[in-house]
Amino acid sequence: MNAPLREQKAAQKLMIVDCDIHPIQRSAKDLYPFLSKHWREHLETFGGHVRQGLIEQTMWPRMMAAGQRADAYPAQGGPPGSDFELMKRQHLDVNGVEFGMLVALSKGGMEERNPDLARALSSAVNDWQLEAWVKRDARLKAGIVVTGEDPAHAVAEIEKRAGDPSFAQVILSPRSSEPLGRRKCWPIYAAAVRAGLPVGLHPAAIPGGSASSGAGWPTYYMQEHHTFVTGSQATAVSLVMEGVFEEFPDLRIAMIEAGFSWAPALGWRMDRVWERMRKETPHVKRPPSEYMREHFWFATQPMEEPENPQDILQVFEWIGWDRIMFSTDYPHWDFDDPRQAIRVRLTDEQREKIFRANAKALYRL
Amino acid sequence: MKLPLDGAIDCDAHMSVPNVAALLPFMSDYWRDQIVNRYIDRAGFNLMSYPPRSPFTVRDDWRPTSADKDGLDVLRRDLLDPFRLSTAICHTLHGSIALFNEDMGAEFCKAVNSWVARERLDREPRLRASILVHAQNPALAVEEIERCAEDPRFVAVLLPVMGDNPLGRRLYWPIYEACERHGLSLAVHAGSTYRHAPTGAGWTSFQSEDYVLQSSAFENLIVSFLAEGVFQKFQDLKLVCMESGFTWLPTLIWRSSKTWRGVRTEVPWLDRVPSEIIRERIRLTLQPVDAPRDPKILNRILEQIASDDMLLFSTDYPHSQFDGEDVLPDGLSDELIRKIAIDNPLAAFPRLASAHAGQKEQNRQENVQ
Amino acid sequence: MTTRHVIAKTGEIAPGSSKIVTVAGREIGVFNVGGDFYALANRCPHAGAALCEGFISGLVGADGPNKYRLERKGEFIRCPYHGWEFDIRTGQSWCDPKSMKVRQFSISVAPGETLVKGPYVAETFAVQVEENYVVVDL
Repeated sequence: MNAPLREQKAAQKLMIVDCDIHPIQRSAKDLYPFLSKHWREHLETFGGHVRQGLIEQTMWPRMMAAGQRADAYPAQGGPPGSDFELMKRQHLDVNGVEFGMLVALSKGGMEERNPDLARALSSAVNDWQLEAWVKRDARLKAGIVVTGEDPAHAVAEIEKRAGDPSFAQVILSPRSSEPLGRRKCWPIYAAAVRAGLPVGLHPAAIPGGSASSGAGWPTYYMQEHHTFVTGSQATAVSLVMEGVFEEFPDLRIAMIEAGFSWAPALGWRMDRVWERMRKETPHVKRPPSEYMREHFWFATQPMEEPENPQDILQVFEWIGWDRIMFSTDYPHWDFDDPRQAIRVRLTDEQREKIFRANAKALYRL
Repeated sequence: MKLPLDGAIDCDAHMSVPNVAALLPFMSDYWRDQIVNRYIDRAGFNLMSYPPRSPFTVRDDWRPTSADKDGLDVLRRDLLDPFRLSTAICHTLHGSIALFNEDMGAEFCKAVNSWVARERLDREPRLRASILVHAQNPALAVEEIERCAEDPRFVAVLLPVMGDNPLGRRLYWPIYEACERHGLSLAVHAGSTYRHAPTGAGWTSFQSEDYVLQSSAFENLIVSFLAEGVFQKFQDLKLVCMESGFTWLPTLIWRSSKTWRGVRTEVPWLDRVPSEIIRERIRLTLQPVDAPRDPKILNRILEQIASDDMLLFSTDYPHSQFDGEDVLPDGLSDELIRKIAIDNPLAAFPRLASAHAGQKEQNRQENVQ
Repeated sequence: MTTRHVIAKTGEIAPGSSKIVTVAGREIGVFNVGGDFYALANRCPHAGAALCEGFISGLVGADGPNKYRLERKGEFIRCPYHGWEFDIRTGQSWCDPKSMKVRQFSISVAPGETLVKGPYVAETFAVQVEENYVVVDL
């Protein structure tokens, strides 16, 4: 069967590690093999119970095609990201994906208020990633989706999966009921470190119980989109200022779909405040920007498009060339194409780091 | 480095009312009765954002002693004279803006503004002020704006960056309409009434975190103003971000401009690329200089901001942002310093010029007599 | 020097719809906007997306907040990736008209009888003299 010309031409020479791919269930039934009868019946009747006012969709509708690439809707139905063959054909094969890091946030129990259902969903989504994705394609790596609100179960789930090379990281949403640096979450970091896994922070679509901005709720999707950045900034500050990295010097954090160009300014800002107010946080023993430099990795999507494209090189330098990891966010609307996303000339070494080497080092691929 | 010139305009300095007793003369009989009999006057009215004895809220060498009887003398001694300012625009962040009772909050704001006019503006010609309002009830806020607008020494309206709602929301538009009509700039200042967790990630533990994350609040403020079309609806309104920092601006400019191209149909009144609007319509006070001390880095950031018009000189007195008189970061050209210290503030607060002119006319008439 | 390529019969592309074809190694979207035909490269100048697979719609405007308008229906395509809006007739991006434009191709409608002769008939089309054909010059 002849692949369309676009795909033929595209599948040349490019080899990347894509640090943000979103698989999703075609329907809730995809999780049934991994759920008990009790939970199947619960889902069929009561359904999920999450922290938002609408059941079936987000309170800030996305722009086009429900925020997905219009061409990623499978012909036979189901949402974008639910069809392995389409993902393979449209993305993995043509974009030279050597490894694809799955971020399977949807229905992972992160936002579920019923604590026992949340536990069941978390475990089910992790089983599902193995069966429906990783086993079908060795390029795909799962992430252990854990219940951030229920650290005890999160620890148990991490310990259950530790040592299985199918899982490359722990996945948490920074849209949590408490900032992720708080001590309640520390057992999760301890477990991640014991398992030798980085923690990937990816904002979920559903807010975590606080208004998504410190001044209340946005009106428009344009604003909600930016709260992914500000919520991630708050999470980074919390992790640093609570002393998480003093307690867990081996903890590695990947910020995914949070943006990245804000990181240097945030580090400088923390340094200035820490200079004046450090008696409040004696557990932060070094300038905060040092912890950021040592413990954070950043996925590139959505890539910045400064007016002067060369500015992006300055940002990469400030963050660290070894900390930038390419990601596409397939199949979402603001997908970054690996051939297009970076509009400046990179050296071969820089290109290799961003597109493969940094992620391979972080995830031990 | 120190200010190399005389006559700078400090766009963000702070005054405080000594106690509730000082406000009682400006309140109605009803409210005096309430405040006194409910013992409301026996506790302070400090905002959680600025604990009075924190090393940040008041720099050690600016902390008044028992020998300092008059707050105005302290202001002259520590701010106006040593920095050789022509003008200081003072913002009184009185904690009554955090009250839920709208009527009580409005009465306090009226009393604070009256106290400021009588005890500060009347006594020191170098002082200007913002009008404190209780934003929870925009209609009452507009009443207070109308009352104070007659006094040309009020040059702005003051709101905290974090209140009940994102400030771009239409429910606040009567406030902005009044600002625009009277030529009052909108001064949105760091701080929160903590009606919500200060971050989208929840309730942070430390004041340090909350202070760092003021910049995130300002990012969301600007996106709110852009998305809601405040800049289109109010073509002459000037938005001044106070104590916001500024090194986060390049990311915001890039990001909002990129996002706009995809979300334009959701907010079609947003008819120009955000980078243009931000550079034209938004101003920010200088402190805190949230940049490393290396002038090369600061200048790279200023290049990325790509506008000399945006920064307004401030000391943020008495908050602890710098040591001694080293109010300016190293690495700024003389030309830029002059812009930041004088030209940009004059442009950002149109009423400065008319008050200044009014004062000059008064002086001239007094001289003639 | 350009070559003429026959794309389709005019009746195959109804007003308001489009067809994506590959011509001489290039993917091209052919649009029928109110009876007139336009051809754009199926490649968004922003980031290379399959632009012509996006949404055909009108131009959204506003006289102010909450005063929405939808005009010039059928004249705009929104890229399926980042939602950028392009004027189908001119290829220009609405948000960045000066710096961002889709590659356009010159297009015409040729009566069937002129195409029967010579080498311009595409093998995949049955030639019918009374039909009109959409032709692209590359």
